[in-house]
Amino acid sequence: MPEGKEGNPAAMNRTAVERKADRELVVTRTFNAPAHIVFEAWSKPELFKRWWVPKSLGMSMLSCDMDVRTGGAYRFVFRHPAFDQPMAFFGTYREVTPHKRLVWTNEESDQGAVTTVTFEENAGKTLVTLHELYPTKAARDEALAGSAEGLPEQFAQLDELLAGRS
Amino acid sequence: MVQYNETRLDAAFAALSDATRRGVLEQLSRADASITDLAGKFHMTLTGMKKHVGVLERAALVTTEKAGRVRTCRLGMRALEEEAAWIERHRQLWSARFDALDKIVEHLKCKEKADARRKRR
Repeated sequence: MPEGKEGNPAAMNRTAVERKADRELVVTRTFNAPAHIVFEAWSKPELFKRWWVPKSLGMSMLSCDMDVRTGGAYRFVFRHPAFDQPMAFFGTYREVTPHKRLVWTNEESDQGAVTTVTFEENAGKTLVTLHELYPTKAARDEALAGSAEGLPEQFAQLDELLAGRS
Repeated sequence: MVQYNETRLDAAFAALSDATRRGVLEQLSRADASITDLAGKFHMTLTGMKKHVGVLERAALVTTEKAGRVRTCRLGMRALEEEAAWIERHRQLWSARFDALDKIVEHLKCKEKADARRKRR
């Protein structure tokens, strides 16, 4: 894993998650590359689909349509071995500011969050802050609620994913 | 993750300094209970029990939830554990995603550097 020369290399690649207020989730991570590169991986479907559904989730992405511009729509279709039917996730890009900011809605349910991602470049590194605002506290608390059963398997796959890096 | 600051600890110790409140915690460790149940068990008025529960709630030792006319009390630690589990689920998802993204970003960066070198030649 490439490590930064300054600062704490262990802290740099750490993904931080916190709950803010009642209806929010905030995830932050610093990437060792300029903002235009990190943004590219969020806005080109052929790149996006390689990381948005990591192997450790046990899902595969059947299709990935993204019209990344303000007012454009996106639609992802996943398959999970535990379900017969594929699942579709879709919504609209509310704001697209290249290399700086992405805002999209999650419209597959009326409890979906509005997701805001910002890209802040500093000395060749990029701090990504992802912020999800749910319509209610209950919606936020229930997000991912069903995934607890899959944890041991996820751990194993995550280990595999990490081992593959070195 | 949940932050324990001194104020929270002070509030917790103040809350624990009372025998009735310690009894309430012991009771709740066996089962969730309404304020009415607790008042009955401790031979206390509803108002008196509400005050005790209020002190425990401010110290984050107890959480309460109102459903209709009944306010149910439960041990705060369980709420904290649930919060920790929630954060852990989300952290795993985002760590996995961002570890994969990290690889791609690294690859794109190398490619860009190689392209720039080629152009200079």
